[in-house]
Amino acid sequence: MTDLASRPAQAPEAGARRRRAIGAQRLSDATILLLLIGMIAAFSVLTPAGTFLSLSNFESVLLTASQLLILSCGTTFLLIAGGLDLSIGAVTVFSAVVVAKVMGALAGTAAQAADFQYPNLAVAVAAAVGGGLAVGLGWGVLNGVLAVRTRIPPFIATLATGGIVLGLASVWTDGQNVQNVPLPFQTGFGLGKLFGVVPWPIVIAAVVTAVSWVLLAKTRFGLHTYAMGANLEAARRAGIDVGRHMVLLYAGMGALCGLVAIIDVGRFGTASITSHSGDGLAAIAAVVIGGTSLFGGRGRISGTIVGALIPAVLQSGFVIMDVQPFWQNVAVGVVLLVAVYVDQVKIRAQTRA
Amino acid sequence: MTTGASDPGAYAVRVRGVRKRYGHVEALRGVDLDIAPGEVHALLGDNGAGKSTLVKVLAGAVTPDEGSIEIGGRRHRFTSPRDAQRAGIETVYQDLALAPTLPPDANLFLGREPARPGLLGRLGFVDRKAMREAAGTHLRSLNSKVQDLGAEVGSMSGGQKQAVAVARAAMWGSALIMMDEPTAALGVAQTESVLDLIRRIRDEKGLPVLLISHNLPDVFSVADRVTVLRLGRRVLTAPIGEVTATGLIEAMTGADTLRGAS
Ligand SMILES: Nc1ncnc2c1ncn2[C@@H]1O[C@H](COP(=O)(O)OP(=O)(O)OP(=O)(O)O)[C@@H](O)[C@H]1O
Ligand SMILES: [Mg+2]
Repeated sequence: MTDLASRPAQAPEAGARRRRAIGAQRLSDATILLLLIGMIAAFSVLTPAGTFLSLSNFESVLLTASQLLILSCGTTFLLIAGGLDLSIGAVTVFSAVVVAKVMGALAGTAAQAADFQYPNLAVAVAAAVGGGLAVGLGWGVLNGVLAVRTRIPPFIATLATGGIVLGLASVWTDGQNVQNVPLPFQTGFGLGKLFGVVPWPIVIAAVVTAVSWVLLAKTRFGLHTYAMGANLEAARRAGIDVGRHMVLLYAGMGALCGLVAIIDVGRFGTASITSHSGDGLAAIAAVVIGGTSLFGGRGRISGTIVGALIPAVLQSGFVIMDVQPFWQNVAVGVVLLVAVYVDQVKIRAQTRA
Repeated sequence: MTTGASDPGAYAVRVRGVRKRYGHVEALRGVDLDIAPGEVHALLGDNGAGKSTLVKVLAGAVTPDEGSIEIGGRRHRFTSPRDAQRAGIETVYQDLALAPTLPPDANLFLGREPARPGLLGRLGFVDRKAMREAAGTHLRSLNSKVQDLGAEVGSMSGGQKQAVAVARAAMWGSALIMMDEPTAALGVAQTESVLDLIRRIRDEKGLPVLLISHNLPDVFSVADRVTVLRLGRRVLTAPIGEVTATGLIEAMTGADTLRGAS
């Protein structure tokens, strides 16, 4: 073993390359958290005391972020594995239509509903929740099978299924929102709170986030997700059933869409056809801002949490400051550009050989 | 021409009459190969001679049209890489098949991660500590150049990557380790380091190694025996001490062919 002595120039070079790669990773992780903290600090200073920086606003920001956070958790898995789902907004809408229709139809007759009487509420809610999750899961499985079986890139495949799914939801409802959601579902769940303290959507988002974090960071499933995005062929040769794994990821994404649909119907008492068109891109933006690589193999739920909070914080701050809240979109776009740029620098630092 | 050995127990791996045809190309035309326990066996041949195809047959990645594979006297029929792995054959492919964003320990254990004890293990939790420790011990036993077990494999030098891939094969192989041109992309020092790793697999683990190489100095430096393929046929198997570079080149290119062409 004479190598170490005979290659003095190589070892330090490799070390520097590694330090650069890891340095870039830490930098972007910390940068994005600092950015969020900076935003919160700035809004706290710029707004009247007790408005932005208050418990009630904190709650409303989390409530706003909760649905995006759930979708972003699923998207984190997909992007790390080298997948992509642009259909999640459409699947959420379709699932919401199912939830609202099933619940409205089963809870009681139209006459009873007009009197706010819902004799079959429990059955109706159970069926609607089960139906929403199942339908979301079903569309997810379809996306997964398309991604695995056909050679259509997921970008195109899920763009197409998204169009189909949203189209079907619109045909089904004549493009109208579905209104007849039982009131108690909204008051008890969508606007309700666990122990009268934490709103249910926030509780659900927290649970989904925690489970995602554990699954990704601690389990074999998580490790295989990284491996697939890093080198699909290597994962396959290591005996990982990559097809099955990918279908599971898309199916999970679909089920999360169903969950978000349930929350959405609960919060707003209606299944809205138009309000989720941007969800897919918003989730991808949040995830990439949070440091997950568009090129696969890299990412963390902790970053995704930060990435999903940024739009809600911006929106809340702008509304309170009486700035047009549309500036939120502008700001998120800028942050996204920076995040992708950092990602590319990271990849280049890693692969420079 | 042949090894002449007849006792089946004397060989770790016996290949008999393997044929593989791709459309009009006959990549392997009835190849026999015997690999002895604890030997480094070099597989030589010109481009297209069928070396990679033979390795893929032994790795279960390609199913032969005809022929048999025996390991430790037992006959096997591989229909997938999983079958070959179960029989104790591990392969280091030319492209290494590493996950660049994962650290070395995760790469060594990819697809075979140790589970946490108890309920957590059944839920799919990985014992990362055990994984890291076992990986560290194994890499040290091979005197590997991989030092930082926390670094991403993608950030490592070519030699270190090769070391991780070889170490993975050595970790799981129990019958045969195969390497397809493991030093093709490496500099002098890193090549020497990989050759040393090959010797260690033979000497410390007692495993036979089947080594494909175009590099004759490497072959003379590390191999115990050598087999030459030409156009899908075996044309030579001999102890390394009984051949010369000129003899090997003649066997690879085919003296007849040369004469016929000129
Ligand atoms: N998948 C395949 N489809 C069709 N033909 C193939 C395939 N794989 C190999 N061949 C052909 O079989 C023959 C043997 O190929 P093989 O890759 O085994 O040669 P090799 O000895 O490894 O060559 P090299 O030194 O160039 O790597 C070649 O003629 C090759 O073109
Ligand atoms: Mg080859």
